[in-house]
Amino acid sequence: MTNESLAGYANLSLYSAMAVFTIAMVCHAIYLAALLPARDQLRGQAVDRDSELVTAGAGAGSGVGGPPLPTRPTEGELSSRARTAAGIAASTTWLGGFLLVLSVALRGLAVHRWPLGNMFEFAVMGSMFTVLAYSIWSTRRDLRWLGLFITGPVLLVLGMAVAVWYTEASELMPSLRSYWLVIHVTVATLATAVFTIGAALTAVYLLKDAFERSGRASVLDRFPETPAIERTAYSLHIVAFPLWTFTLIAGAIWARQAWASYWNWDPKEVWTFVIWVVYAAYLHSRATSGISRQTASFIALAGYACIIVNFAVVNVFFVGQHSYSGL
Amino acid sequence: MSDPITQPRLGLVGWLRWMWRQLTSMRTALFLLLLLAVGAVPGSIWPQRSIDAARTATYIADHPKSGPWLDRLGFFEVYASPWFAAIYLLLFVSLVGCVLPRSKVHWKAMRSSPPKAPARPARLPANGTFEVTAAPAAVVDAARETLRGSRFRTVAHDETSVSAEKGYLKETGNLVFHLSLIFVIIGVAIGHLYGWKGDVIVPVGKSFANTLANYDTFSPGPLVDPASLSPFELKVDQFDATFEENVTGRGQFGSPRDFTAHVTTKATPDAPAQKATVKVNHPLEMKGAGVFLLGNGYAPVITVRDAKGAKVYSGATPFLARDNNYTSVGVVKVPGAQPEQLGFSGLFLPTATIGKDTGPISVFPDLKKPALALTVYEGDLFPGGRPQSVYLLDTAKMTQLQNAKGDPLRIWLEPGQTYQLPGGKGSISFDSVARFAGLSIRHDPGKFVTLAAALLALSGLIASLVIRRRRVFVRVSPGAVPGRTVVTVGGLAKGDDDGLQDVVDRVVAALEARFTVDPDAGTDPDPDHDPDPDHDPAPEPEMDSRLDARG
Ligand code: HEM
Repeated sequence: MTNESLAGYANLSLYSAMAVFTIAMVCHAIYLAALLPARDQLRGQAVDRDSELVTAGAGAGSGVGGPPLPTRPTEGELSSRARTAAGIAASTTWLGGFLLVLSVALRGLAVHRWPLGNMFEFAVMGSMFTVLAYSIWSTRRDLRWLGLFITGPVLLVLGMAVAVWYTEASELMPSLRSYWLVIHVTVATLATAVFTIGAALTAVYLLKDAFERSGRASVLDRFPETPAIERTAYSLHIVAFPLWTFTLIAGAIWARQAWASYWNWDPKEVWTFVIWVVYAAYLHSRATSGISRQTASFIALAGYACIIVNFAVVNVFFVGQHSYSGL
Repeated sequence: MSDPITQPRLGLVGWLRWMWRQLTSMRTALFLLLLLAVGAVPGSIWPQRSIDAARTATYIADHPKSGPWLDRLGFFEVYASPWFAAIYLLLFVSLVGCVLPRSKVHWKAMRSSPPKAPARPARLPANGTFEVTAAPAAVVDAARETLRGSRFRTVAHDETSVSAEKGYLKETGNLVFHLSLIFVIIGVAIGHLYGWKGDVIVPVGKSFANTLANYDTFSPGPLVDPASLSPFELKVDQFDATFEENVTGRGQFGSPRDFTAHVTTKATPDAPAQKATVKVNHPLEMKGAGVFLLGNGYAPVITVRDAKGAKVYSGATPFLARDNNYTSVGVVKVPGAQPEQLGFSGLFLPTATIGKDTGPISVFPDLKKPALALTVYEGDLFPGGRPQSVYLLDTAKMTQLQNAKGDPLRIWLEPGQTYQLPGGKGSISFDSVARFAGLSIRHDPGKFVTLAAALLALSGLIASLVIRRRRVFVRVSPGAVPGRTVVTVGGLAKGDDDGLQDVVDRVVAALEARFTVDPDAGTDPDPDHDPDPDHDPAPEPEMDSRLDARG
């Protein structure tokens, strides 16, 4: 039996999280806007183009030579407006993350099962992982510049979850009653969250790279160096890729339990495989001489596009055995 | 006129070698990977014959122009099509051609010691320099000890330097990963050749013995001997089904909640009987095969009598569900009817209504108000003696019975009711409803090979992505003041390595802690003078992924 009032509180918590993320997103945007004016003051100052992202203690001065460019501001150079906005953004992002944890937990208690039974629940837990991963990571690095590119998409996904994919709290259909659901789908959701942050970084990298080539000034000049952003994106992908590999294997084990055969070329399986192959191609392309980092990044984004298709299109429109969208 | 460019002539062997080098290059591997991804997609868009033959046939019929062309190009059997096979076979040939030589190189590298230290480690991407009050030999010893403590493999090629390397497992992991992929495919191939799968519908109360003749459908691999199936038996005693009745939200009301088949099994016809259950997600493992509950439905118990009242047909007759509310279609074939053979065809409805537009339909999957809606044919049930499906009536040689007004005769029966056929043709009774279990029975001898290889691939992958291959070199030289020694530490890594400088810093800190440090020093003692220009740290090919990745 599902507990309706708990499910109601879960939704309340979700709506609160969305309200809080809206504040977080606006504050992240204000922070970025506030970075801009400081640029003029910065011109002519001694420049250290090394970003904090590369590593603490990286050899200094690798960017010495060439005209001084606007770069990452040190804490002291930030306007107080920027600092306030970033502070509010960080704390509201944390708060939103906790509200999502609460929402997921209440939903799970309401239905007496792991809350990953339909698209709505995937979207909420995926957003939760994304926000938490970003926030935890932020405690170790300055990622304020990335915040808008995380809270924005998360808010969009939650909006879709509420408006399009919403499914009433209920029990599971028999094919989903398995501890493999907990293992396979949770890891898939976690991998998707890490891929999401990786894709956000990759997009920022390509954007910044394009701006730099065209010589146009933008707020992106205040972000870390392009190679550093690209390397960070890579490091996220190499975390997410083994998680996805595990998802694929666990899915096959579960498929053998539920459908007699570990591989049936069901559309959902096909796309999970396609995603895996595209990201394998990305890792390859990064190790292949003569393939630029930009090309590799486009392959990574193609992989992410496949993730979106796998979720938003395959679940709803393709005929297969994975009929658990709840729609 | 310009001179024709003279190209070195490649003989046949030369061409083959060139083609092999192209095929096993990283660029080709990358291209084939992307091609594999693109090639897999059509199979998710168009219906696949091996998965849903009926939907495929409907699709082709609905698209008379494009359908046959798509069919010719293999779009309805993507994963068995020659072009898809070509992609993955080329990929795996490329994989073998790439990985075997690399394994050889790596095997040698693992057994050789780290290379000679460069003359100027301070020129390496990560580095540190300091000066201590100590003898050079003491510093060299301390450096070796420190590095060994951090699990580096160390060697001193001369008295003033130490070379150290670790992370050989990175490459090992990479090779294990790639080689395991081959074994994944081998496992899949074993399953295809020696595996088999059969489907059978077993109504409650009926038994099933595992022989070829008892299957509704049976698909063996090419190397399977269908006479050698393991001789187990299984009887379905009871079947429980529950459906959602409380939550009325979109897509929830009427959803299946639980299916359980209670069965009695025997490993061989003479073995003792054992009770077991088969549920979705909980297959029953019999010797030599797994038994999976993949479907279920209703088998109305129907009796047909002739004009004198003698039974000519009696039994639970499975009707196959056509929608989520189990509107089910089926037929009853009565070859023993007199004077002509009779065939009934129609619907079973667990919760029956007659909709204005839909006609007879079920509105809930459970048995709330069961009914049968049938029409009747008489004539030759098996024209030409051709084999035919038990779920379809071949009406080519039959005529439909009509009512007094000349419309097709329609029979509506609820449990316990009997209908008298016109013209002394006998009667049909709907006695009760049994459920049936749709079982899929499968044997796949390759699955453990595939699973083990997949898990091995995963561990190799993690090792190759997590482990860092790093070299650290320490070189000592006499300081400007007698009794002092200048120490330079340099680090080199394979690929991107954000943590390399940390490693060098830690070595520096560990050495500084052991000696008296001269605080003024800390730079390359003599940056303009290069004592050994031949030994500059050109990146070792093996350490630079851009170089060893051929392409
Ligand atoms: C079934 C096809 C293949 C798949 C799924 C695949 C997948 C991968 C993955 C995920 C990686 C990243 C792991 C790592 O960096 O260690 C990788 C690396 C690598 N692959 Fe493959 N691969 C395939 C075929 C090939 C082929 C055909 C070649 C040779 C031409 C090849 C050569 C390499 C090399 C040299 C690396 C190491 C790159 C580095 O040093 O960072 N792979 N592969």
